Amino acid sequence: MINIFEANETNQMIDRENLDVRTITMGISLLDCCDSDLDALNEKIYRRITTRAKDLVAVGEQIATDFGVPIVNKRISVTPIALVGGCACKRPEDFVTIAKTLDRAADEVGVNFIGGYSALVSKGMTAAEENLIRSIPRALAETEKVCSSVNVGSTRTGLNMDAVRLMGRIVKETAEATKERDSLGCAKLVVFCNAPDDNPFMAGAFHGVTEADAIINVGVSGPGVVKEALKAARGADFEVLCETIKKTAFKITRVGQLVAQEASKRLGVPFGIIDLSLAPTPAVGDSVAEILEEIGLERVGAPGTTAALAMLNDQVKKGGVMASSYVGGLSGAFIPVSEDRGMIDAVTEGALTIEKLEAMTCVCSVGLDMIAIPPPRP
Amino acid sequence: MSKAIITVVGRDTVGIIARVCAYLAEKRVNILDISQTIVQGYFNMMMIVDVDAAEKPFEEMVGELKTLGEEIGVRIHCQREEIFTAMHRI
Repeated sequence: MINIFEANETNQMIDRENLDVRTITMGISLLDCCDSDLDALNEKIYRRITTRAKDLVAVGEQIATDFGVPIVNKRISVTPIALVGGCACKRPEDFVTIAKTLDRAADEVGVNFIGGYSALVSKGMTAAEENLIRSIPRALAETEKVCSSVNVGSTRTGLNMDAVRLMGRIVKETAEATKERDSLGCAKLVVFCNAPDDNPFMAGAFHGVTEADAIINVGVSGPGVVKEALKAARGADFEVLCETIKKTAFKITRVGQLVAQEASKRLGVPFGIIDLSLAPTPAVGDSVAEILEEIGLERVGAPGTTAALAMLNDQVKKGGVMASSYVGGLSGAFIPVSEDRGMIDAVTEGALTIEKLEAMTCVCSVGLDMIAIPPPRP
Repeated sequence: MSKAIITVVGRDTVGIIARVCAYLAEKRVNILDISQTIVQGYFNMMMIVDVDAAEKPFEEMVGELKTLGEEIGVRIHCQREEIFTAMHRI
């Protein structure tokens, strides 16, 4: 039976160390919505999403109350729209109508974000995919909740440099199109290599074509919990350090697994994967940079940062695999600079540079993430 | 049997257990186990309860216990047992 210390440990993680289930993401396949008539296609997509996900938010909130663990976001990911809309959309503007439909459907069911306004062009680009990519700046400027992603390379096929060049322009156009709102469009756009089909985290979530009709994926987080656990083990050797990260990752992942199974049961949708990613927020004590500093760095960006991050990522994955047989998505540490209090401080002090960040991306699951670049001075 | 765990943490005062137990009895919640300690003047209690025969939906009890805690001046959490077993048992 559970004892009082275990109960207190769990509640302390939730109350003081920001342990939360970051997202329940329902993946919905739209492949059977394909239609050569644009209006009919939009109608089918809207109906499909609003029927499938109608209980998602309510069930998420119910589970949060039952277990006393916050579930911060409820989201939807859909089949890459370049595939679904290819038949009906002849121009970039046609794709924008689908973005608006997705936005409307997301509003109707009450989710925070809907991902899958995507194109997978890691080897070549079809006309439809190019049209979708060209529509991204307008689509993101004219919707609130739609997230977009483009996969431009994979380990097997290498990089599609035409797509890379095009995406460079699209990122700038998106920033320009949403300049009145801090260029927020760019925060809803991801350029990927090796994009996983089952990632629950935004903005890069989409429902891959290898997936089932509908599926529940859960993303768990908790950088604060790892940091506090390491604080308690201060001064110990590397073995203890690694062991502590693994044990903590295990505990966090188990909470995600429980929530995912429960959501899958209550919604009648199969359970997909758990993604344990240490995803920071600007809140104090919810920072990946602080974990790296707890490991022993003077500041994030100092010599040793890449090694510490590689070790953190490795141990998080190992702990996660032990806790759940269905680990997927990105699983690792996120390093979104402007969302992490410790990284913001490091940049302000000049400790963290873009070159260092580039090195860091080589050892963790994400690339350059949430970095604000000032416009050139006139 | 569906079990829940109620934890109570806060400054010690007279009648905390009495009031929590009175509430549970009124709602027909059976207490299976209680453990309690005082750490540096702070009251710490955990109860394992059976909520099968409870007269109220679980969500409502969670809310009412939280409110009761605010009246007494302690924090009361009521959670399904599974979250603790998932985390602490292999």
